[in-house]
Amino acid sequence: MDAILIQLLNGLDKGGAYALIALGLTLTFGTLGVVNFAHGALFMLGAFCAVLFNKVLTISAKVKDESITFFDAYKETPYLELWWGDTGATIIDYSVPLSILFVIPIMLLVGVIMERGLIKHFYKREHADQILVTFGLAIVIQEIIRHFFGANPIPTPAPDVVAGSAAVGAFFGLNENLVYPWWRLIYLAFSLSIIGAVFAFLKYTTFGMVVRAGMADRETVELLGINVQKRFTIVFGIATVVAGLAGAMYAPILPPDYHMGMDFLVLSFVVVVVGGMGSLPGAVAAGFLLGLLQSFASMNEVKAIFPGIDQIIIYLVAVVILLVRPRGLMGREGVFED
Amino acid sequence: MSNDKTPTLDRRGFLKASVATSMAATAPMFFMKDAFAKGEAFRNSPKADAKTITLGFNVPQTGAYADEGADELRAFKLAVKHLNGEGDGGMMNTFKPSALKGNGVLGKKVEFVTGDTQTKSDAARASAKRMIEKDGVLMISGGSSSGVAIAVQGLCQEMGTIFMAGLTHSNDTTGKDKRRYGFRHFFNAKMTGSALGPVLKEEMGTERKTYHLTSDYTWGWTQEESIKETTEGLGWKTVKTVKTPVGAGDFSQYITPILNSGADTLILNHYGKDMINSLTQSVQFGLRDKQVNGKNFEIIVPLYSRLMAQGAGKNLQGILGTTNWNWALTDDGSKAFVKSFGKEYGNPPSQAAHTCYVQTLLYANACEVAGTFYPPEVIKALEGFKFDGMGNGKTEYRAEDHQCFKDVLVVRGNDKPTSQFDLLKIVKEVPRSAVEYEAKVFGGDLGPYKV
Repeated sequence: MDAILIQLLNGLDKGGAYALIALGLTLTFGTLGVVNFAHGALFMLGAFCAVLFNKVLTISAKVKDESITFFDAYKETPYLELWWGDTGATIIDYSVPLSILFVIPIMLLVGVIMERGLIKHFYKREHADQILVTFGLAIVIQEIIRHFFGANPIPTPAPDVVAGSAAVGAFFGLNENLVYPWWRLIYLAFSLSIIGAVFAFLKYTTFGMVVRAGMADRETVELLGINVQKRFTIVFGIATVVAGLAGAMYAPILPPDYHMGMDFLVLSFVVVVVGGMGSLPGAVAAGFLLGLLQSFASMNEVKAIFPGIDQIIIYLVAVVILLVRPRGLMGREGVFED
Repeated sequence: MSNDKTPTLDRRGFLKASVATSMAATAPMFFMKDAFAKGEAFRNSPKADAKTITLGFNVPQTGAYADEGADELRAFKLAVKHLNGEGDGGMMNTFKPSALKGNGVLGKKVEFVTGDTQTKSDAARASAKRMIEKDGVLMISGGSSSGVAIAVQGLCQEMGTIFMAGLTHSNDTTGKDKRRYGFRHFFNAKMTGSALGPVLKEEMGTERKTYHLTSDYTWGWTQEESIKETTEGLGWKTVKTVKTPVGAGDFSQYITPILNSGADTLILNHYGKDMINSLTQSVQFGLRDKQVNGKNFEIIVPLYSRLMAQGAGKNLQGILGTTNWNWALTDDGSKAFVKSFGKEYGNPPSQAAHTCYVQTLLYANACEVAGTFYPPEVIKALEGFKFDGMGNGKTEYRAEDHQCFKDVLVVRGNDKPTSQFDLLKIVKEVPRSAVEYEAKVFGGDLGPYKV
């Protein structure tokens, strides 16, 4: 029972990350019809926004180690700590959650520039062209990040107060030693909140209603004199912000490196396809489903029966689902079928 | 009358020919060497009037190990500079016995070309092949992965070009996959196990239960095997060994089963990014705060790298591992190298940089000793070569497997760093005698001198 609880939490946690990325991908595809292979790079950019924010907060006074004369070795004390003492240290400690305030405007700007500067020129091109150009863009973004931040992962810790583990075993009346990292629980709650916010925005606002109408029948909405394109550009920006937030909050779990987006990209596309191209609920459901499957497949008891199953489970399930339901779990007729 | 002069062999002629043939056949080989070596055509043999020779440095310039590759490249450039008599000479001043003169190698200035391995075997082989065939290099060096090193070493054997391996820690490199044309200065997993064993016994006792997470490729497999051998030799039990794909990113699915496994020690046979991620996540899952079997749960990272340690941050503090070399060593060779490297680049060299610098000097020295670039003679000069003053104490290139034997450092993640580079604290300098093993334990065949 203990093992099942842990794998359940882990699956939900993984699923949250998959769902968040797949949600952004689906938003872009559903509105603009663009297959955005740079979406993983946007996730990575979000994580590096958190890194950059942390680096800005920790700009330091350097005290040289005089015993070393061949190169500059120094002990660093952040100015924030020198000026504001414990308050400064606390601000630095909370750099990841605080970076959200930095991530939102930056990623919105990145999204709008990307859409207006590049993506819009590919609306009427083949999907293969879109894939090529966005994949190329992803590589460019990656290499820029590598140039400035190096290839090694950069530690970006969670606040001390949530750096440890929560006693989930005691909470559920199970083994008292059963723990689960606080930050992963926070990430799960955060991803559910963002998913909920995006759905609420699309369902309960006029803007969202127009976007949904545009996704269903763009021509009719445009005939009503509504500038759908402008709204879709904003949706692209929102998708970028969602990817960025997912990346920033993931930084304490996976020390960011320039390649982290690519690691998620392939998996996220599988999630989107399994969920059904263009279906937002499908993307979210598939994200959690595949996260849970991957987690349970990695249990030693399961691997004893099916060695290596954890490596292939996602792709195996994807194949089965596509054989049974070729449009994915919640795919609609006519989407991506012309 | 006929003017035909049919060639005939008279008795005198026969005797002359017999004597000449016998003398030639029985002449000692040392009379023959120079003529044999200089007359022998070999790949990329420099012309007698050539003023330069070219070496090939094949390092990861893109991909996850690009930072390590960049540091290796810095070391290679510094070594070339020193070989050509520029700069302060670095470890050329402390290396002994040395035949290096600071005028290049055998009077020819050293030039170099670089390649990008991308930490992929196929890319590394293609890059090495290009350097050998198009750039005419005499020697290939570099690398930050055992998979890559073994692949390039095999190619070099086929092509008759010497390979001075950079950072590679798998037992296989100088074990079952050893090659006559391949040489490794870096230590290996077996030596890591031998060096760590006594320290683990002293600090953690003889009753532990271990759980291994292992990178699923040659290096991970051999490290797991060597560490298991060591810990089981101490009386520890191995609860489970789990292979993880290289570059897994999120290791949570491999860490959660550890929580209820009954193990009280986690051994991370991971390197680079995998090590940073698996360690960070293991700490997040509260492993280091756990009490199992009445003991504090411990994590061990058998192979450390300072460059990688930066990525793990505070999570690495207090964790034991081993390293080939550290910039904080105080012997003359290390000090000379750190001074030279620090002045040139503004930071201390990594262990990867150190081994690449040393390998370049050792190759150059072997050419000087052999008096030729002819690979079989250079190989013979390297085999069994004993030297000192290169930062690891008295060292020997064992002839049987081309593995260097020297002291190994047991280190611990520093919990009180005095600077941004002060990440690893040396716990023990384990003498060479404690990490030596017989060459035959890993099998393999070096292959021929002439290919």
